[in-house]
Amino acid sequence: MKPAPFDYLAPRTVAETVAALSQHGDDAKVLAGGQSLVPMLNLRLARPAVLVDINGVAELDHLRAAEGLVHIGALQRQAGVERWAVTHLPLMSEALRAVGHAAIRNRGTVAGSVAHADPASELPALLLCLDGAAVARGAGGERVVPAAELFRAPLTTSLRADELVTEVRFSLPRPDAGWGFAEVARRHGDFALVGAAALLWLDGSGRVAGARLALFGVGGTPVRGAAAEALLTGQAPSAERIREAARAAAAALRPDGDLHASAGYRSEVAAVLAERTLTAALGRCRRAA
Amino acid sequence: MTRAVLLTVNGQTREGVAEPRLSLADFLREVLDLTGTHVGCEHGVCGACTVLLDGEPIRACLMLAVQAAGRSITTVEGLAPGDGLSPLQQAFQDKHGLQCGFCTPGILLTTEAFLRDNPSPTRDEIREMLGGNLCRCTGYHLIVEAIEAAAPIVAANQPARIHAPKPT
Repeated sequence: MKPAPFDYLAPRTVAETVAALSQHGDDAKVLAGGQSLVPMLNLRLARPAVLVDINGVAELDHLRAAEGLVHIGALQRQAGVERWAVTHLPLMSEALRAVGHAAIRNRGTVAGSVAHADPASELPALLLCLDGAAVARGAGGERVVPAAELFRAPLTTSLRADELVTEVRFSLPRPDAGWGFAEVARRHGDFALVGAAALLWLDGSGRVAGARLALFGVGGTPVRGAAAEALLTGQAPSAERIREAARAAAAALRPDGDLHASAGYRSEVAAVLAERTLTAALGRCRRAA
Repeated sequence: MTRAVLLTVNGQTREGVAEPRLSLADFLREVLDLTGTHVGCEHGVCGACTVLLDGEPIRACLMLAVQAAGRSITTVEGLAPGDGLSPLQQAFQDKHGLQCGFCTPGILLTTEAFLRDNPSPTRDEIREMLGGNLCRCTGYHLIVEAIEAAAPIVAANQPARIHAPKPT
């Protein structure tokens, strides 16, 4: 239950960090909040030769909302973002409250949770729901990886070993959009068995102008509920239509069963949570003037 | 390759030597001889090792000692004034909020920060806060009662003992 030995590097700049990652490649791991990585080190599920601790890289500690996006630097802790989001992005504050416990969120970072890509975790699904992206810096420069191209498999992203996530970006919903978030876990703070995040906004005639649904705990990656979004967009929303859309989203899933929940149970709960979150989002919508 | 770690623990400057892989929890216990911080699961689940880092609760098993250089740590040894008990500790004793006591230091530190930020919590808020700390003896009920009993006393005596969180 103690980590295997590793070399410890504590760079002060992004450039130094990228240089270290380029030099050590797959032998190195980035340490930010450590709330997922350190358990894996302690259990020796991860045995990196080099740990690159970015906690001293001050330029990664930014939180900035501009032009419809919120830019969250790689050192922003979940607890601080949660406080910001209460007034600016309630869907995110609600999702963050479900991430571990306060003591975990005081250290854990938003970007780190995205990069860790746990399929049962809230923030990767939120990135998908809010059309977000990860900004990655590598030896070859910077690139922006949209959420839809980021998550590949459990704990696996399309980022290269020499790339550092410097920031994650979430698009800010229109002010009249409603939102919903729900998950089923054995206990508060546990990993979700299944969860859902939804956004909905209406046009002047009361029809659905846009819908976003993301589900987690239902496969190797978070999944966008594209079928539900298509069924709702352009339609007058009703309880029946939302149920139909939620069922369609769940029918497209191929969840795995494990000792925590069977595949059938996950599909059923996904349909229920999709319906609940879309219904909550509709209830919070303000009609466009 | 070991490193010197200089930090503040319970208001005092302390120094020790740590291999990078040494956790803050093991550093406190084995290098600084502060064995009040208990190590349970060693992967962030049980909460027994919770200490305050610059006033905020964190898992000491999930932080490396070398990362604590220059920071301020509060452990259970720093809660009581002199030889007595803090109001929260007294309430745990009065209400039988502990049996074996293994989880107690982590719960006390988590609760100290919680009551600082939320001086008159509801029972539901207390229960949610306790969700991050496992107790295998009490069934939590007496812990909740102890915290409810302590809250007004802590609020009345709120000292500047623990650093307030930095404004964001």
